[in-house]
Amino acid sequence: MSLAKRIIPCLDVADGRVVKGVKFVDIRDAGDPVEVARRYDREGADEITFLDITATHDNRDTIVHVVEQVASEVFIPLTVGGGIRTLDDIRRMLNAGADKVGINSAAVFNPEFVREAAERFGSQCIVVAIDAKKVSQPGEVDRWEIFTHGGRKPTGIEAIGWAQKMVTYGAGEILLTSMDRDGTREGFDLPLTRAISEAVTVPVIASGGVGNLDHLADGVIKGKADAVLAASIFHFAEYTIQQAKEHMAARGIEMRL
Amino acid sequence: MSSVAVIDYGMGNLHSIAKALQHAAPDVDVQIVADPELILQADRVVFPGVGAIRDCMQALNQSGLSAVIQSVAKTKPFLGICLGMQALLTDNEENGNTKCLDILPGHVVRFSDGLQDSEGNKLKIPHMGWNQVHFLPHPLWDNIPQDSRFYFVHSYYAIPDDTAVIAATTEYPDAFACALAQDNVFAVQFHPEKSQAVGLQLLNNFLHWNGQI
Repeated sequence: MSLAKRIIPCLDVADGRVVKGVKFVDIRDAGDPVEVARRYDREGADEITFLDITATHDNRDTIVHVVEQVASEVFIPLTVGGGIRTLDDIRRMLNAGADKVGINSAAVFNPEFVREAAERFGSQCIVVAIDAKKVSQPGEVDRWEIFTHGGRKPTGIEAIGWAQKMVTYGAGEILLTSMDRDGTREGFDLPLTRAISEAVTVPVIASGGVGNLDHLADGVIKGKADAVLAASIFHFAEYTIQQAKEHMAARGIEMRL
Repeated sequence: MSSVAVIDYGMGNLHSIAKALQHAAPDVDVQIVADPELILQADRVVFPGVGAIRDCMQALNQSGLSAVIQSVAKTKPFLGICLGMQALLTDNEENGNTKCLDILPGHVVRFSDGLQDSEGNKLKIPHMGWNQVHFLPHPLWDNIPQDSRFYFVHSYYAIPDDTAVIAATTEYPDAFACALAQDNVFAVQFHPEKSQAVGLQLLNNFLHWNGQI
């Protein structure tokens, strides 16, 4: 008997549709988010994450409606990220039925926001999303830094120390995305995942680069992740969540089957 | 039509629990209420909660809802969830020993730092995710398979003085009480409203429970 590792399908939502592109270009339509969430729930997803990548502020209301609809029929934890900048943004998402919110660039620009959010709503609903990229050269000691704007803008902030700082500010969980791997289907950045997971006390979700089911298992076994997040391998029905869970269980990982 | 009051005292997200109750039993009138009168009138009461215990107890004491909870916990089928379970104990070491409702005598303590699983991997705090629930006979477990997984997210857990009130245990890595039962009171550390089919079944069982064991 022990705690199961989690599989979290991620839905990138733009203007009310699920989309998936490689590094935000070549975007493909993957369906209606409510339909997709229902399917993942049936297949045994442990949680669902929505990432709102809507470009314009005017269309932000669409994600609220999506969350409301999903929350009234899907009874597993729901996380919403993308464009969360104020306490009011968080309140709106929680009122719509989200259980957790992901804070990304707002944490980089104003770390105090994470503290305020955790004090107001509790650490259990504050996920700090970290987009990291390797900056060390081959032969040097590994070093990763935080990038914003979809991996385009460097901040000079060292990733492991940043993750630890975010936990002291009240993050209840870390969503770690390797910007080197995101969209590549080459697997998670395992040294990065392991370094962060071993450095913090809270659960770490590995993200970025999943192309097959062994990548998911490696994230847990080699990367020491507490949960694994993937998008495209599930959207286009290459694999079902159930297949992914059975595969991970066959590799000796405790799963909710 | 029977009614269930979800106590609203400003702590956390009540929409999830209200939606799940409605889904679990469409024939029940689900109300999110802060008004003591309406809570006293309801057939059943759900006491949810997330966040810090000090804020929770402050909100209950300032609003006068502590007395209402003391009253309904003696008379109606009553379900405490997460912080709503922890608040029923005597005290909680979070925020420097906060005094709680003392409906179920005992203490609430934090998971120790440095816990490891059997393979030597560090166990994270909060205890977050789907873990197995090993239960003892009680009507609220009807139609739920033994050792089913429910969704947890918490850093503190209850140690009741009287082990006879323990209705279920979970291991992290040692067994702790994840459900307590005493007469018409039932309380769970996990979130049935986020535990998919087994969670909805537990809520459905509660909404048809007469408060007897």
